[in-house]
Amino acid sequence: MQRIGVFVCWCGSNIAAAVDIETVVQAMKSEPGVVYSTDYQYMCSEAGQGKLKDAVKEHGLTGIVICACSPRMHEATFRNAAKAAGVNPYMVEIANIREQCSWIHRDRAEATAKAVVLSRTAVAKVNLNTPLTPGTSDVVKRALVIGGGIAGLQSALDIAEAGYQVDIVEKQPTIGGKMAQLDKTFPTLDCAACILTPKMVDAAQHENIRIYTYSEVEQVSGFVGNFSVRIRGKARSVKADICSGCGLCMEKCPSKKAKDEFNMGLNNRRAIYIPFAQAIPNVPVIDREQCIKFKTGKCGLCARVCPADAVDFEQQDSIIEERYGAVVLATGFHTLSLEHYDEYQYARQPDVITSLELERIMNAAGPTGGKLLRPSNGKAPKSVVFVQCVGSRDTTGCGKTYCSKICCMYTAKHAMLIREKYPEVDVSVFYIDVRTPGKNFDEFYRRAVEDYGVRYIKGMVGKVVPEKGRLLVRGSDLLDDSQVALEADLVVLASAVEADASAKGLATLLTASIDTNNFYTEAHPKLKPVESPTAGVYLSGVCQGPKDIPETVAQASAAAVKVVGLLSKDKLLSNPCIARADELLCSGCSNCEHVCPYGAVSYIEQELRIHGRNQIRRIAKVNEAICQGCGACTVVCTSGAMDLRGFSNSQIMAEVDALCR
Amino acid sequence: MHQNNNYLVETAAQISGVNPKSCMKCGKCTASCPAFDDMDLSPHMFVSMVEAGRIRELMESTSLWKCLSCFACVERCPRGVEPSTLMEAVRLMVIRKQGGHRISADEIPELLDKRIPQQALTSAFRKYSR
Amino acid sequence: MSVDKQPFKPLIAAFCCNWCSYAGADLAGTSRLAYPAEVKIIRVPCSCRVNPLFVLRAFQRGADGVIIAGCHPGDCHYTTGNYYARRRMTLLFSMLDYLGIEKERTKLDWISAAEGVKFATVMNDFSKEIHALGRNTRFGDLRCTTAVAQ
Repeated sequence: MQRIGVFVCWCGSNIAAAVDIETVVQAMKSEPGVVYSTDYQYMCSEAGQGKLKDAVKEHGLTGIVICACSPRMHEATFRNAAKAAGVNPYMVEIANIREQCSWIHRDRAEATAKAVVLSRTAVAKVNLNTPLTPGTSDVVKRALVIGGGIAGLQSALDIAEAGYQVDIVEKQPTIGGKMAQLDKTFPTLDCAACILTPKMVDAAQHENIRIYTYSEVEQVSGFVGNFSVRIRGKARSVKADICSGCGLCMEKCPSKKAKDEFNMGLNNRRAIYIPFAQAIPNVPVIDREQCIKFKTGKCGLCARVCPADAVDFEQQDSIIEERYGAVVLATGFHTLSLEHYDEYQYARQPDVITSLELERIMNAAGPTGGKLLRPSNGKAPKSVVFVQCVGSRDTTGCGKTYCSKICCMYTAKHAMLIREKYPEVDVSVFYIDVRTPGKNFDEFYRRAVEDYGVRYIKGMVGKVVPEKGRLLVRGSDLLDDSQVALEADLVVLASAVEADASAKGLATLLTASIDTNNFYTEAHPKLKPVESPTAGVYLSGVCQGPKDIPETVAQASAAAVKVVGLLSKDKLLSNPCIARADELLCSGCSNCEHVCPYGAVSYIEQELRIHGRNQIRRIAKVNEAICQGCGACTVVCTSGAMDLRGFSNSQIMAEVDALCR
Repeated sequence: MHQNNNYLVETAAQISGVNPKSCMKCGKCTASCPAFDDMDLSPHMFVSMVEAGRIRELMESTSLWKCLSCFACVERCPRGVEPSTLMEAVRLMVIRKQGGHRISADEIPELLDKRIPQQALTSAFRKYSR
Repeated sequence: MSVDKQPFKPLIAAFCCNWCSYAGADLAGTSRLAYPAEVKIIRVPCSCRVNPLFVLRAFQRGADGVIIAGCHPGDCHYTTGNYYARRRMTLLFSMLDYLGIEKERTKLDWISAAEGVKFATVMNDFSKEIHALGRNTRFGDLRCTTAVAQ
């Protein structure tokens, strides 16, 4: 039997004005388990807490009920006071007689009666409380960042600067991501490479950062503070440690038919290649599907010309096993494949391109050396038409239902850049809405219209038709209620942003949840935007939803702070109000495992002594570091084995009974 | 009158199965329409007028009869609104209103002609009777 | 309809999730938005913690209405808990309806931490419904004396 002390707080006049305190105090004295009942003007004050401590000493209290304000207000205060008095903090319960009673009920008798009911409900619960101790677990002081684009780099740099070890895993042969492919960035029009490549170099040279390029995460186990991760480093066929990056191999390689992915397939590259000049690491990789040596066994020219003898056709994938305290997901995006949009003729007409392809064409290091030329014949275009929302805001299943967010701005940027460099070129933009929320964004768009003479047409393109070597763009002008047909030499499609294909697999590996569009879900849409619901997994950049560069960097740094906050702890204290399965009752049905949003429940084979005989049984085991205490498992448990500490079945039942008495 | 208009809106929705509210006013239907030049109301206006409950005006428009039912708008609409299906529905409403019960079972024997396909009769019933 | 001489004082048990609805109730209190005193709240970590047994027990012990309030869909602190609650309670409520506990006596609603006004409105409306229905007589035969619970 518990020895419970009840403390009724006046809260000045906040409670005392509406509730007859003395009635509550007296009523509690006859409740089971209650050995002491008293009141005080301000329980939360120093003196009030002192009263509590004295009472514990004097009456040997094992449980405490505070009838006061909401537990959301002072539960922590009273738990600490109890702890200081030598009572387990989880033996304290609060009866909320302020927010739920005195503040909302005018009738004194009614409010007093309700206060009695709420108080005895809390007493009934405390009778069944058990002392709880938060579990602890160690924190591995190393973070893993998956994805080496601007988001991953920024997160990694911030974590490294705070003094913690970081590993970046990037599946491409170089870090840099999509931003490396961009020419200029809105709304300032500074060159993307000029701001990105220094960051790449910083990351590569940072003593706390290790970079695994051409590598992928293959397996993850463990939990917050202690993830075990297996990383597969794909064979580059070039020994990175001795290659000097001189580039001779690439010059001599006779295989020239592979599409250059970095230039969006607008030109070809060799079978042995470095994606771009500023790539990090500056070590080539052999595309084994294109390499003549790998296909036919004859060639090996690269190996012969290499002065460092770095080419290694026999190289195998390497496996790295490492433990991490936290994981940052920064897997980024790619642009939507336009196979479902036949009307734009993207697959058939080389002069119909995507915006990312235009970035490469406009870039001085791109396939045309920065000259705006038509891919079909290498001639300068006279008229360029942009089409917005290609595949975005599409509910038919061909595209994506969401707004890709960045297209309006980059299209304005493209249009402006073309008009600036080639004032003789006509530029038109078909738009549905122009969305420019952001600092200096709308001004930027208006500049494109007002200063650079870009023609914005409110309407959509229905069809692109090749005509006499040019393209006829048939669209609508809704403000004019007319159909327009524009002759164009280049049509640029703002194709939708899509979560990277790797996101889904990683979500499964990490039990990080994704939405219907394969974007990672944040733990709370407003208050925890960079945390995944899985503890220890953080989100950085477009993998969480479409974003521009400043937003991505902001989120990357926010995620880094969360990681640093986690890694700065030596031990993690976990909420002790978590689920626990009674091993003797568990029937091994797996219901709890299926319903757990965190993957905290697993099944183990365990030898148990049942009716005097040893038996091996399959039973549920809750990982205390992962369980967040929602209680979903307790309800699906058919055998009644699963219960939630602090909110146990018997406790809530007792509350219901006391409340309905 | 108001009641009446509601009835029209509901009937249009019922026949077409289209929800004009999902239109995002992009104008791809109008951009795609091959009969645009002959129309007094362009396809996107058609959708927004149904949304606004202006069915009576649509029933009197010439566009209704100029639509080729080529379904280019249906095919390309990114929101699955199907303007052409909506046109077809309003057309049916006009036909039904004009006709009332324009054919009754008694009249059929004398109309019967061996060359009339069965399907035409069934279709006529569907079209001209409520 | 009622022939009771005494004014009917219903008993309503409200299960509120700790993160949204309980905070919503606090906000209703802070904003001094009144709702009937017969509504009494039991705090649970998540709406998915509410075992159907708790609802049955409440009715067995004489509750006239049971309401469960959780975070809005998509806002659950535990990501999916409120979806579980929705599925379970839909089934439970229809079963209870079949057993004679009218479906108006049970309710599941979403109330966020910012919706103090909604909390008060929902509780006022629910209480009105219960007043209209009168005392719950079902499960009365299963009712035990309170002494058993101790």
